[in-house]
Amino acid sequence: MVSRAERGPFARWWWTVDKPMLAALAALMLGGIVLSLAASPLVAARLGLDPFHFVNRHLLFLVPALMVLIATSLLTPRHIRRLAFVVFLVSLALVVATFWFGAEVKGARRWIVVLGVNVQPSEFLKPAFVILIAWLFAESSRRPEMPANTMALGLLLLTVTLLVLQPDFGQSMLIALVWGALFFMAGMRLIWVLGLAGAATLGLAAAYFTVPHVAQRIKRFLDALEAFAQGGWFGRGPGEGTVKRILPDSHADFVFAVAAEEFGIVLCLILLALFAFIVMRALVHAFRAQDAFARFAIAGLGMLFGLQSAINMAVNLHLIPAKGMTLPFISYGGSSLISLAYGMGMLLAIARERPAAAMLPPVEAIVPAAAAVPAAAAQTAGAAGRPA
Amino acid sequence: MHAPVPQPGPETSGDKRRERLLYRLLYGRGADRGAKAKARVALAIAAFAAVYGVIATRLVMHAVAPDVHVARRSTAQDAVATARPDILDRNGEILATDVKAPSLFAEPRKLIDVDEAVELLTAVLPDLDAGELRERLASKRGFVWLKREIPTKQQQEIHHLGIPGLGFLDENKRVYPNGQEVSHVIGHVNIDNQGIAGIEKWLDASGLAALHTAGFATDRLQNPITLALDLRVQHALRDELLASQEKFKAKAAAGLVTDVRTGEVIALVSLPDYDPNNPRQAIDPTRINRITTGVYEMGSTYKALTLAMALDSGKVTLASTFDARVPLRYGKFSIGDYHAQNRVLSVPEIFTYSSNIGTARTALAIGVDGHKAFLKKMGQLDRLRTELPESAEPLVPKRWGELNTVTIAFGHGLSVAPLQAVMAVGALLNGGYLIPPTFLKRSEPEARALAKIVVKPETSEKMRYLMRLNAEKGTAAKADVKGYYIGGKTGTSEKVVGGRYSKTKVFNTFMAILPADQPRYLLTVMLDEPQATPETHGFATSGWNAAPTTGKVIARIAPLLGIEPRFDLPPADRLILTSAKELR
Repeated sequence: MVSRAERGPFARWWWTVDKPMLAALAALMLGGIVLSLAASPLVAARLGLDPFHFVNRHLLFLVPALMVLIATSLLTPRHIRRLAFVVFLVSLALVVATFWFGAEVKGARRWIVVLGVNVQPSEFLKPAFVILIAWLFAESSRRPEMPANTMALGLLLLTVTLLVLQPDFGQSMLIALVWGALFFMAGMRLIWVLGLAGAATLGLAAAYFTVPHVAQRIKRFLDALEAFAQGGWFGRGPGEGTVKRILPDSHADFVFAVAAEEFGIVLCLILLALFAFIVMRALVHAFRAQDAFARFAIAGLGMLFGLQSAINMAVNLHLIPAKGMTLPFISYGGSSLISLAYGMGMLLAIARERPAAAMLPPVEAIVPAAAAVPAAAAQTAGAAGRPA
Repeated sequence: MHAPVPQPGPETSGDKRRERLLYRLLYGRGADRGAKAKARVALAIAAFAAVYGVIATRLVMHAVAPDVHVARRSTAQDAVATARPDILDRNGEILATDVKAPSLFAEPRKLIDVDEAVELLTAVLPDLDAGELRERLASKRGFVWLKREIPTKQQQEIHHLGIPGLGFLDENKRVYPNGQEVSHVIGHVNIDNQGIAGIEKWLDASGLAALHTAGFATDRLQNPITLALDLRVQHALRDELLASQEKFKAKAAAGLVTDVRTGEVIALVSLPDYDPNNPRQAIDPTRINRITTGVYEMGSTYKALTLAMALDSGKVTLASTFDARVPLRYGKFSIGDYHAQNRVLSVPEIFTYSSNIGTARTALAIGVDGHKAFLKKMGQLDRLRTELPESAEPLVPKRWGELNTVTIAFGHGLSVAPLQAVMAVGALLNGGYLIPPTFLKRSEPEARALAKIVVKPETSEKMRYLMRLNAEKGTAAKADVKGYYIGGKTGTSEKVVGGRYSKTKVFNTFMAILPADQPRYLLTVMLDEPQATPETHGFATSGWNAAPTTGKVIARIAPLLGIEPRFDLPPADRLILTSAKELR
């Protein structure tokens, strides 16, 4: 046990980090190992690999993931912003590189080999993007003279365009949703939120009528909704799906279904409770946060995590159509694991308890002159959300 | 918390005003963005709680209601895999049975990548049409069949493709181990294992379809159906008919063995036939069941009915004579004899020489109304219905005058299904009981209960005598297999070609009764347009082809039917007619 009296970085971390959330994340990782044991030997055998191939690799990826999680959670918000900027630029470059160097898997170029490791750069793009957006929205209230909102919009369009080109509609949708939610939280007037939603709908409609691929995709989504409505509560008649039929498909995206089948609904409910706990706790942190950046960053990362888990589970339960999305910390996939660890590490870091003053940038950073107008200082403090 | 609205100070510049305007535009006048953000984060919490709540509800529903799901599944599965009872012949040989075969289906809504699925599936199943497959997989439906009844090896291969949204259902596939042997009686089923012809269709009509709908026809414990058919006799009959059809280059051939005491059909062959395992052939109109679905002018075999009518009326006895010296002229028609004797003939001579003139005069002695009434009583004027759904209405002349009676007397001008004629001839020979024919096993008492007495026992005795006499010295001599005491009657009818009776295209029948003194089996052989061969000295009449074929069939089936050969029997007039001798 770490003594309260200690003042080392680890001791500080230990006493300020959100331990229940850390425990929930650890539990999820544990669950991931167990389910990997259940789901992947079959897939491995089918691919002619050693039965424990995926289990071993899952464990192998968990070590760096855990390290990334802890290391990131030690960072200060400022370092997180800087790191996010770098990660964003690098992964954006890698996403662009996939168009030339990426291996085509099922009609999409999402994977690229970096230093002998197969990575999916869009996975790393997501959390870094959220941090940048959170920072921009926070800046928009702190520094009105900066065109932060415009920059946020530009960043979204750039990222989504690249992801759609891959094509990776699942990730683009996820990013757009989180961006929209942050935009909404940033205190915009409802008319802009609705207007933007309207514009997005229009864009989707335009895509529907011009790009056949998108049209097909949306049609299928509507069909699936209809199927759900038709199916009612107890299924849809002859041969209409149980999880078992999807079983040969995936140890990654459909692991939740395997969990339901092999371990029963109770385990699924426990998993669901863990996800819900993490997301809710993150959002409560965001609610309590006194700094705009912290609020947006925590909310954004929490929603990213929550949306991803909810979408995956909903797909598994046939609530919505299939999307290539992993179940956080449970599904197999190195990029996904490390990216999630990075995201959750940042969340833990920002949500750490720290004195309110630590959240503030030095006064000089905002007000160049030492003899600042008192009103301006008050204004800055207000923007930073210091308790009255 | 303070609203960070810039306070309009005295030194308000244009910049500040623009800033304020922008702020108002973006966030609203005097909005507290911090408070707003807080409230909206709370809203997000509520939204996520709702989403997780829905997922949890769905999960719990899966846990609580799996039984309902499974139950529905199994009934649905069974509705597809309709089990049918086995069909057995009278000795318990299997004529039709079910085997399990997997069928491939897709749930298009669950498919992730249609193109990939099409590509992979056509690689495993090259005979699938890619365009049609794509269309099916891209459809909105929840369930489509892709290929029914595929081999297990391909099932494995498809399973290993690991395409989501594909699945297999075990279906019952109907199998007919005897192939073409018993095609017309059994009929066949469609891909959904529903009977669409023959006994299979009858099975569905008599309650099996209802059982399927209700979901009760699932177990394999359904009682098998036992037919009257004897597979051995069927095979012998078919074998000989095939040989005969080949030998005489006949367009078609058909044969029927019935038990005259019970009305059971022991064998039924109609060539060309088809393999019920490949029912596509059955659509070919030349492959109809000629015994029940075709109607024919039965020709001279019908003379048996005419003479029986005359003898039964009491107006005519075996000793009666009719003038056959000159052809019978009727209006512009002239009726002559093929084996013309040009003299006065007695009733047995009319039969053995197959005299048209004599038969016509006999019928005229009874009159038009009597003739019509008799044929009605013998079931010749109404559609005969049996278990087989395929049946045909006889072609009865609309206006029935004396000329009709004259021609119908020797089997022209009235077309009936051969089975119908066989039923009537059977009644003439079995003591006078008209028994509706059946394809199911039936006992003699059951048959008696259904029977209708149509002629006197003495008349039946005389008919047996005439039949036997015909085999001893008449046109049926070539069918007389020594030891079996056969009686028989030939029939050669000229086919109507272009509205006229053709002299070269004939439809030949032969009916044989064995044994003639204690009638048990009635054998009918029909040849459609047999050709004359050097062996038949240029003749194409029934006595030269149908009769010898019948003889060959009898030689093969009589031992199978358990008829003991008897070699020292006296001729017909002494054996059969002992009681009726004084009538002569």
